[in-house]
Amino acid sequence: MFFYLLRRLLYVVPIALAVGFVCFMLVQIAPGDPVNAIVPPDAPQEVVDQVRREYGLDRPLPIQFGIWLMKVVQGDLGRSLATGRPVWSDLHSAIGNTLMLAAAASAIGFIMGCILGGLAGTFRGTLLDRAAVTIAVAGVSVPHYGLGMVLVVIFSVQLNWLPAMGAGPGGSADWMWNWEHIQHLVLPAVTLSVIPMGIVTRTVRGIVAEIMNQEFVVALRGKGLTSWNIFLHVVKNAAPNALAVIGLQLGYLMGGSILVETVFSWPGTGLLLNSAIFQRDLPVLQGTILVLAMFFVGLNLVVDLIQTALDPRIKRA
Amino acid sequence: MSTTAANAELAVQAREAVARSEGYWAGVLKRVRRDPVTIGCGLVLLTMLLVILLAPWIAPHDPFQGSMIRRLRPMGTPNYPLGTDELGRDMLTRLIFGGRLSWFMGIVPVALAFVIGTFLGVLAGFTGGKPNMLIMRVTDVFYAFPSVLLAVAISGALGAGIMNAILALTLVFVPPIIRVAESVTTGVRNLDFVDAARASGASAFTIVRVHVLGNVLGPIFVYSTSLISVCLILASGLSFLGLGTRPPEPEWGLMLNTLRTAIYVQPWVAVLPGICIFVTSICFNLVSDGLRQAMDVKG
Repeated sequence: MFFYLLRRLLYVVPIALAVGFVCFMLVQIAPGDPVNAIVPPDAPQEVVDQVRREYGLDRPLPIQFGIWLMKVVQGDLGRSLATGRPVWSDLHSAIGNTLMLAAAASAIGFIMGCILGGLAGTFRGTLLDRAAVTIAVAGVSVPHYGLGMVLVVIFSVQLNWLPAMGAGPGGSADWMWNWEHIQHLVLPAVTLSVIPMGIVTRTVRGIVAEIMNQEFVVALRGKGLTSWNIFLHVVKNAAPNALAVIGLQLGYLMGGSILVETVFSWPGTGLLLNSAIFQRDLPVLQGTILVLAMFFVGLNLVVDLIQTALDPRIKRA
Repeated sequence: MSTTAANAELAVQAREAVARSEGYWAGVLKRVRRDPVTIGCGLVLLTMLLVILLAPWIAPHDPFQGSMIRRLRPMGTPNYPLGTDELGRDMLTRLIFGGRLSWFMGIVPVALAFVIGTFLGVLAGFTGGKPNMLIMRVTDVFYAFPSVLLAVAISGALGAGIMNAILALTLVFVPPIIRVAESVTTGVRNLDFVDAARASGASAFTIVRVHVLGNVLGPIFVYSTSLISVCLILASGLSFLGLGTRPPEPEWGLMLNTLRTAIYVQPWVAVLPGICIFVTSICFNLVSDGLRQAMDVKG
């Protein structure tokens, strides 16, 4: 176990480096001179030359990567072209908001998915099963940005129950856990939750159906256990795999919330990315993607470790 | 009964069994025919394909011709059955023409990724060793990005445009196809008939072409079809963000974006492109599921 832990931790280092390299290359593949990603287009020539030297952009690519990496490790993601502020200062509040949205959506998706998938797996082949599977397929097939608009039409425009955009009266700066703020979270979170709901439903259905077919369930039934107690046994066996799926979904939602954040003007990383794309603000684009990808790498690691700890049957080579 | 008689009996039975079985593809076809959901969704997709291919002859109006006096008409307006958009263009026409780009951008990246991913995956799985290490570790790096983020990152850096979006989406779908291709190829490589082929002196190329590809293409293909629906949603999503198609070109994702401001005026007209994406995507998903079951592919 200890050696597995060590090896898994060591394995993260090259992956993180490579992810950093891909993010570094984003600015390189962008059309135009990479120096334009740092200085505004109307800067005088001597400033351009100075910046080029300062950032080492006149040196070979591997050295440039090294310089960039050193800065990133020290927490310097560069400055935004549009605002002039350090990228990190805008990013860290946005990450909090996205994490909140993604966590809420994952929770809704996980609970709904477990209920639907559990029922479908237990009562396989019935009408209930078919209904759950249909909902699951619809969940993964729906363009969630379109669904968001439909929900706005129903709950904001026609019923006027929930706000259509933003994160509360004072933006995200004074977020509090009261209804005035939480009501802003409802529509985006529900919209975003349909994807994990569909995926969790499918996975849990498969896991539960497989476990129900195993002999130990028959043995438990033969022992005279109530269906509730049998259910608890099944849950215990299904949990590690289901947990892994939802853990990764949280990561996907962190990266995938850009469309939903755009629809609802939710002040997270997605909205930040969206404006960075429109203004061709490459440092912000690069920094945001780097941080989100690193978060995903870390999450992968945590999920792996928890899964191994929960299920000793998993022997990792 | 003597042993020879028993053997003869068995041989007859075996021959009868061979005569009775219709072969793999006939079985697949038979199973698909018995699956009403797959047939239904396949028909819907075929109809859509026909409509968007014949768009210039079917569409009632010009997709670019707008009019300031008939903007955002509701559904059911005479001459404009699905209403008009924010620039007074006929919605039905725009939806029909928009399907062309949406379908194109949903299928082309997956097709490209299928070719590239199969090549690299089979290469990695069949050769093993160092090439496998190299290909699979690079794949791992791309797995470290959530797919939406990777697509947005690449097309965001490259700038808007259909070609850039296709490039970004292809890059997103190559790694998962490599993984599937590698794992099925590794499975096939260790089977006895590959050893037999090698013992009979077949070259590596012949073994891959005849023995490996025939056994791995099915599973990889089925897996790839399940990606079309994801790709369609992602491609429209990129256009929705302004990264794929540019206005005034009709495309479902872009239409959804430009109609976003109209949801307070004509809400149901505004969500029509979203419904088109949903219907196409769910049909592709269900057809893919049906194929998976009919072809008896696991995973």
